[in-house]
Amino acid sequence: MSGPAPILDIRALHKSFGATAVLQGIDLAVAQGELVFIIGPSGSGKSTLLRCCNRLEEPSAGSIMVDGADIMAPGVDLNAMRLRMGMVFQSFNLYPHMTALGNVTLALRKVQRQARAEAEERGRAALAQVGLAEKARSYPAQLSGGQQQRVAIARALALEPKIMLFDEPTSALDPELVGSVLTVMRSLREQGMTMLVVSHEMRFARDAADRVIFMDGGRIVEQGPPGALFGAPREPRTQAFLADIAH
Amino acid sequence: MDRWELFLETFFKSEVITRYWPEILSGLWVTIEVALAVVVAGLALGLALAVLRAYRILAVTALIVVFVDMFRALPPLVVVLIFYFGLPNIGIVLSNWTVLWLVLTLVLAAFAEEIFWAGILSVPKGQWEAARSTGLGFGQALVWVVLPQAVRLTIPPLTNRTIAITKNTALGTVIGVGEILNQATTATSFSGNATPLMLGAIAYLLLFVPVVMVGRWIETRFAWERA
Repeated sequence: MSGPAPILDIRALHKSFGATAVLQGIDLAVAQGELVFIIGPSGSGKSTLLRCCNRLEEPSAGSIMVDGADIMAPGVDLNAMRLRMGMVFQSFNLYPHMTALGNVTLALRKVQRQARAEAEERGRAALAQVGLAEKARSYPAQLSGGQQQRVAIARALALEPKIMLFDEPTSALDPELVGSVLTVMRSLREQGMTMLVVSHEMRFARDAADRVIFMDGGRIVEQGPPGALFGAPREPRTQAFLADIAH
Repeated sequence: MDRWELFLETFFKSEVITRYWPEILSGLWVTIEVALAVVVAGLALGLALAVLRAYRILAVTALIVVFVDMFRALPPLVVVLIFYFGLPNIGIVLSNWTVLWLVLTLVLAAFAEEIFWAGILSVPKGQWEAARSTGLGFGQALVWVVLPQAVRLTIPPLTNRTIAITKNTALGTVIGVGEILNQATTATSFSGNATPLMLGAIAYLLLFVPVVMVGRWIETRFAWERA
């Protein structure tokens, strides 16, 4: 395969919890600007795969390169590596004791050592990017779920990551709030952000993804452009899964 | 002499009040001094131990748990007596003030460590993950994200425990620290009248009722600043 090196390059990734093998040899490369969607039944290992990317879960074996840097290398500065990857969680995980701006600027100030004024300028720009410039002084509890998730996206974006990892970003949201988060993700895509998304938003996957990956039993079963994967899945397991979620 | 006069004569005799209130007042200052020193040092040490425990180094954790369980189990009076009368035998001579301060500090630290540790554990795992995923180190995540939340959760139990232990400054009386109770019992034996004890009780009320009120205020103040 020629062309520019992938932003994320995962090879032979294995992860076990005790005797349970959750990931059994994942190979996955995500190109610059690509939006890759991971779907699959619960327990298929898709969240674990995402969490291995920034080593929130420690992989048992395999290699992970992010923008050309080996994040599994011994002695690697993991905190520096994590700045390259923004992560968005199902449960938002905003810091409840800080304002939206405080949430967004914490890592800018403490990890990147920016001065307060500089960090706040960057933080406000990130909040504006998710349409919440006017909520900078609000505490998480004063925001709706959708707004909280957008602040969480801004918190990751503020660090100007190479890739954004979304772990079921809309699963904890009331249906009427999902749209605002997907709108933000869509605009990120238009700005060329590389994204790896674990989600059940099939419509969004169909509309926005470049590639959809179906995982089951800790393996990638099938992948392809959304039209092909949703329209004409080859593998029986994919067909069964898609039939299950259709109703 | 009717009963009311007998009551006043026993507990509020004016000559005794006039003669001994300065002693009680000086005892009040000593109590305040010891209490403040205990609160500051005890809470600081308790927090430090809880933070240390968060690093989950087996040997360190074991030492902390042994220390904490010991000082939570022992009656403070026993420790005061051991430190004051026992330690000189192995060449460690501490002043009575120091013994009282040190023992109560250790006791408060033991309880405070348990409370802070429970607070740290009760902060959801997702808070750590969010912090670490943005590049914060373990210590940074602890200091900036987890501890501020943990400490707020611990304010009510901590306030109660701190007041309870601070009242133990009265134990100083058995080793001659000139705090409120010591002054009051001394004055009571000199005067042969219970009035100084009553003055002492009033001094405790003057000192601790405001503390209890401030404690309640802190609890409401530090309840989440939420809409």
